[in-house]
Amino acid sequence: MGEVLSGLTTGFGVALMPFNLMLVLLGCFAGTLIGALPGLGPINGVAILLPIAYGLGFPPESALILLAGIYYGAEYGGRISSILLNVPGDSGAVMTTLDGHPMALKGEAGRALSLSAVASFVGGTIAVILMTLFGPLLAKFAVTFSPANYVALMVFAFASLASLVGKSTVKTLLGALIGLMLATVGIDSNTGVARFTFGIPDILAGIDFLIVVVGLFGMAELLHLVEQQVTGRLKTLPVDNSFVRWSDLMATKWTILRCSLIGFFIGVLPGTGASVASAVAYGTEKRIAGEGGKNFGTGDIRGLAAPEAANNASAGGAMVPMLTLGIPGSGTTAILLGALLMFNIQPGPLMFAQRPEIAWGLIASMYVGNIALLIINLPLVGLFARMLTIPQHYLTPLIAILAFVGIYSIVGNPFDLFMITWLGIFGWFLRKLDFSLAPVILGFVLGGLFEDNLRRALSISGGDWGILIENWKSVMLYGLALVVVVLPIWLGRRARTLPDSDD
Amino acid sequence: MTMIRFCGGLLVAASLTLPTVVFADVTKPECIAPAKPGGGFDVTCRVAQAGLADHFGGPMQVTFMPGGIGAVAYNLFNTTRRDDPNAIVAFSTGSLLNIATGKYGAFTEDDVRFVATAGADFGAVVVRDDSKYTSLDQLMADLGADPAGTVIGAGGSVGSQDWMKAALLIRETGASPMAMRYVAFDGGGDAIAGLLGGSIAVYMGDVGEMVPHLEAGTMRVLAVLAPERLDVPFADIPTAKEQGFDVEWTILRGFYMGKDVSDADYNSWVDAFKTAYGTEEWAKIQNDKGLLPLNLAGEELQASIKTRMDALRTIASEAGLIQ
Repeated sequence: MGEVLSGLTTGFGVALMPFNLMLVLLGCFAGTLIGALPGLGPINGVAILLPIAYGLGFPPESALILLAGIYYGAEYGGRISSILLNVPGDSGAVMTTLDGHPMALKGEAGRALSLSAVASFVGGTIAVILMTLFGPLLAKFAVTFSPANYVALMVFAFASLASLVGKSTVKTLLGALIGLMLATVGIDSNTGVARFTFGIPDILAGIDFLIVVVGLFGMAELLHLVEQQVTGRLKTLPVDNSFVRWSDLMATKWTILRCSLIGFFIGVLPGTGASVASAVAYGTEKRIAGEGGKNFGTGDIRGLAAPEAANNASAGGAMVPMLTLGIPGSGTTAILLGALLMFNIQPGPLMFAQRPEIAWGLIASMYVGNIALLIINLPLVGLFARMLTIPQHYLTPLIAILAFVGIYSIVGNPFDLFMITWLGIFGWFLRKLDFSLAPVILGFVLGGLFEDNLRRALSISGGDWGILIENWKSVMLYGLALVVVVLPIWLGRRARTLPDSDD
Repeated sequence: MTMIRFCGGLLVAASLTLPTVVFADVTKPECIAPAKPGGGFDVTCRVAQAGLADHFGGPMQVTFMPGGIGAVAYNLFNTTRRDDPNAIVAFSTGSLLNIATGKYGAFTEDDVRFVATAGADFGAVVVRDDSKYTSLDQLMADLGADPAGTVIGAGGSVGSQDWMKAALLIRETGASPMAMRYVAFDGGGDAIAGLLGGSIAVYMGDVGEMVPHLEAGTMRVLAVLAPERLDVPFADIPTAKEQGFDVEWTILRGFYMGKDVSDADYNSWVDAFKTAYGTEEWAKIQNDKGLLPLNLAGEELQASIKTRMDALRTIASEAGLIQ
């Protein structure tokens, strides 16, 4: 503990130097903007700015502080376009659209933006505190998480999403199935065979997650807006001065706390990131809310706070294996790891002993960055909310331009622009048929992870399915999955039989 | 008057939308990394960017073109950008393997011009520090007795270059690569996590990525798959060859251009690299980016690619990747 305290003291000494402080603020602000643009997410922000930070000849700790600021700034910013436009700013912000956008439609955009900023702040801060205290220990646990355990985790995730959204269970399941099918496109890593690519080289490596998100959500929303405009059913949104209330925070405090923990632990596991974390958090909260969970999806503040706390906590969690073991748990941390190597710093257990000013400076900058983001974001809520007063005939083309430029700037492949257009049309048809699009996205993410890990587990065991249940971690997760599915049914039955017995 | 303005506007628009206007000379150097940011192709382009910084009188731009494990870029430079003098595209031994196994469609290595290398990396056989294996000999004996008895993992799919390293090792024991128990992870990071967590017993990695882990002492490198021993910090690690196993896997990293680029433009790139190779600066950049020196440009590289492709085709058909 003494070691942690002295480390933190060193760290804050570095992070609070005026120059580094300025970089944290700059990084957070730039990150918020990058995250808010549909298509551009933390991974692109960090990748684009890495060579610039290196080229400017900053000392390594300053460069890393800047990049890390961009990283969690982008996780913060992703929610803005989710709430205002129903277009997720990045992959972790998909679940935020479910309750965030309905709130904006009700004229509560300011309330949604400010509440989600607070939830993000708490999630991010809890993650940094847990990282400071238990980082190395957690990282050791995380690597023992085997492919078979991931399979169990995915089963749990599916279970917690089972009654997720939409009025029709059948349509929810069909949506998830469409997502699963999209996930099978590309070279199968266990046989090297190309599946469903139809000879198109552009999709040999599979369909990028971002493309599915921007296409199915962004483009479909766009078509929906155009349709409303043409048919003259477009309503002007009420001008909005709402802000988060103390009672909102009290009502969501346990939600935020629980989801921060869920997000952090899922973030620590290599290979699972903000999208899985926010999905599991949302599903869990809906289950816990019981009868009150019926309001989820119509602008419930818990449904907004849950994914926001979780995705920011997972961003912090993903730093743990990178810093303590030198293993990147996500695409963005892989780039940060590359940045460390560029400066000739070897991440891993030795970094804390050899270069404490960098290791602890980075951690301290996360505390500073979270506070900075809250301070930057709250006053801007009014400004962001005013975006809704932009007339639709300007806003619609603007979303289209942002989505196309965003996708093209990262990938530089015109094929992907066709891809988001087709997916957008497909998504619009699904919406016409009263499908909810979130299960499609989740089926896509979880399905890919589920298949990869299932086949990894079976390769390890040589085809013996027993490997899936031979470990206590798996068994525990299957148990939790069962509880999550059965408990609400049982509670529902009991609630129905109790009034009967009163007669 | 309006017409002139209109044309002027068109010209400006054209120069903005087509940053690589196709006429003579290298005016806007560009390096295309045919992948997402952060991977090996990114590193390859960064080497060119830093190493040729002052050569063309302007900064080199790095563009990302992911899609189909590099196939998208390969097709583009065989079709619309065949004569683009400004752009070089990063490739690796993995790309060559994909060409050999036909994943890039009908185009072969003869359809582009290979310019220069950025450096090299070598395969490594890695186990956890508390593994029962302390030498490659012991591992090979076990694999020989039961090819499916040891779980081998790596960051790439079956048929990728990561898998090839394992396949070559198995082949050396006399068993078929199809008999091995191979686990495909999503990238080296996940595979290393799998090794440390005990899911796999052996990790087929690259030497370059081992630097941080060697110092931490969490993993042991049983052998490097290089033609001869490497310099510090790898000087203590024996090669597979000196332990009596003829397995070598060099990951060549370099650049190619379209086929119809003029000789003059092609040579100006080759000369730029040759000049850079001679400087200390270049060696430092290579080292900083985790690459080992292997400097080939122009004809020398073309010849080397030819032999490598022949070898890859042989190995790939023996491993059952080409029918």
